[in-house]
Amino acid sequence: MGLPADKSDATADRLAALTMPDGASWARIAREAASTRFQAMGLPGRRDEYWRFTQPDTLNAIQPPEAALYPPEDPPAFSALDRLSVVFRDGIFDPEASDDLALEGLEIERLSTATQADFHWAKDLYGVLETRGQDPVERPFAALNTAFATDGVVLRATKKILKPIHFRYLHEKTDSDAILHFVVRVEEGAELTLLEGGPAAARFNKCMEIDVADRGSFHHIRAQGRDHERRAVTHLFARLGEESTFKSFTLTANGRLTRNEAVIELTGDNATAHIAGAAVGDGDFHHDDTVFVTHDAVNCESRQVFKKVLKNGAVGAFQGKILVKEGAQKTDGYQISQSLLLDEDAQFLAKPELEIYADDVICSHGSTTGAIDEEALFYLRSRGVSASEAQDLLVLAFLAEAIEEIESEEIADDILTRLESWLVRHRG
Amino acid sequence: MLNIKDLHVKLEEEDKVILKGVDLDVPAGAVHAIMGPNGSGKSTLSYVLSGRDGYEVTAGAATLDGADLLVLDPEERASAGLFLAFQYPVEIPGVGNMTFLRTALNAQKKARGEDEVSAGDFLKLIREKAKSLKIDADMLKRPVNVGFSGGEKKRNEILQMAMLEPKMCILDETDSGLDVDAMRLVSEGVNALRDAGRSFLVITHYQRLLDHIKPDVVHIMANGRIVKTGGPELALEVENNGYADILEEVA
Ligand SMILES: Nc1ncnc2c1ncn2[C@@H]1O[C@H](COP(=O)(O)OP(=O)(O)O)[C@@H](O)[C@H]1O
Ligand SMILES: [Mg+2]
Repeated sequence: MGLPADKSDATADRLAALTMPDGASWARIAREAASTRFQAMGLPGRRDEYWRFTQPDTLNAIQPPEAALYPPEDPPAFSALDRLSVVFRDGIFDPEASDDLALEGLEIERLSTATQADFHWAKDLYGVLETRGQDPVERPFAALNTAFATDGVVLRATKKILKPIHFRYLHEKTDSDAILHFVVRVEEGAELTLLEGGPAAARFNKCMEIDVADRGSFHHIRAQGRDHERRAVTHLFARLGEESTFKSFTLTANGRLTRNEAVIELTGDNATAHIAGAAVGDGDFHHDDTVFVTHDAVNCESRQVFKKVLKNGAVGAFQGKILVKEGAQKTDGYQISQSLLLDEDAQFLAKPELEIYADDVICSHGSTTGAIDEEALFYLRSRGVSASEAQDLLVLAFLAEAIEEIESEEIADDILTRLESWLVRHRG
Repeated sequence: MLNIKDLHVKLEEEDKVILKGVDLDVPAGAVHAIMGPNGSGKSTLSYVLSGRDGYEVTAGAATLDGADLLVLDPEERASAGLFLAFQYPVEIPGVGNMTFLRTALNAQKKARGEDEVSAGDFLKLIREKAKSLKIDADMLKRPVNVGFSGGEKKRNEILQMAMLEPKMCILDETDSGLDVDAMRLVSEGVNALRDAGRSFLVITHYQRLLDHIKPDVVHIMANGRIVKTGGPELALEVENNGYADILEEVA
């Protein structure tokens, strides 16, 4: 089946403007295959089922629109934690600014180095989970990423890693266009906490493939940075083995356009996958969570908790699916997407989906749009709490269920502090 | 302390007049009770005094220690020392009872230019007050009023009152839904706060509560007005004969 002419032209133009990095033959093959996948899918358009809520134009464009720099956060997310930082400036790894990455049980390598060599575990994953995630829903920006990622990291945890690994993305040029690819392998029984923070670039395409082996545990917390004009499309592809745990939380405050996709496959029995997000937007803000969780094993649990607080014309979108395959009995699937609209100009679009082919499962999903509870607001004010502080309390209460998905209290506090100061900056 | 003069109130959204000239003076240290049939405007009076949206004052005045209450925001009225124990306390999922009370206490202190209480001092204080109201640690940690029984909600209102130490306390049917033991706890909580500098306006249907919290003055409210004022014996009269005789007499 061919693409419509306009789509195929735009896709060809975009491809022509990109340069495929060199590498060992396995890497070249993987990248070429991804490029072919991308070409077959074409750039997304409004008519595509999963792009009805979000305009991909600025993601499609050959050059990203300029994005003004925002004064850096003070202090940046996660800086109070004992962690190892890997710094990228506008999508380019900065070894000087990064920590020495020697840690017991951790193998970590820059993508460009890894793709020059015979990195057996990375080789088995690079583009592999992304490819699996292309069916049944196409994700062209992920294929484009696999083909053309210019930097990134491959890392492997072989035991419990004692410190979180922190990818810190600095945005320093107003016209930067970054494509980063990460491959993460958590070996049997190993544990890894991964932090991501910062706006990254004027336009940021990030793809992360995460393979969690049996009884492995992966925790992911990200804060997407405060730059108002940045645009981002990110993908998480995760495959979970038996009794493994996957937990991911994302905070998005600001950003002109953010599309966060997550594709999670529970392939081993008794695995757990939780994915949560808190997004706060004021004005020119469009935030889209597109999530696909597949249950393909027995007795697995999945939770999707997405909350958005929107005002002043900000738009939130949620497309979330739970697919329970035949034989995936005893599945416990939960999905909630909610928005709190602080005025009448904000908008929330949601498409929750369930598709179930097993009979012994519990699955629930719900989606709501609401305003601040005036009764609660008056009650708080009648006790002396100012109107703005009372509203902030109610907003944080609304977000609580998502924030509670963060296991570490220290990290949850860091996220909460960021939300609190965002609320103070965006009062009125 | 609280002075209400010829207060007229209508609903903002409809042409419905609810208060039709309320006059009331509660001096410092006094306990006044308001009784009256359902729908006579008692809750409306308490809401208007505390600054809830939805009402329009068309005439009259209300002052607290001489300061015009009606121009203040609800939070300013609270900091000025006004407290309403709600007839129907509001549930606030996601906001911890303790966080709520500490935020409120410190907001009031800040507004009055006083020092905030430290987390440690706050904890000590709330534990002590909660204990006398038989509010356990679990209730303090739970979200505000969520999953509380009717009686627990009312005790929680009194706990807030005890923590915030207002000078003018309005209790709107705090006794409704309370069993005998809870009524005693709540009354003891209120009586412990009685003070020469603190006044109470107790809205109730029942003499029962007034056996515990002895009022100095009892008012009868009907159809948006105070129609009769007397001593504690007025409450007994209502208890024995209902409102019919009184309403007939003043008609
Ligand atoms: N927000 C409102 N909307 C419509 N009617 C109201 C509202 N508030 C009060 N009322 C009406 O005003 C009258 C007085 O009510 P209320 O003050 O609750 O009386 P009480 O507390 O004495 O029982 C009642 O007829 C009630 O239905
Ligand atoms: Mg009432």
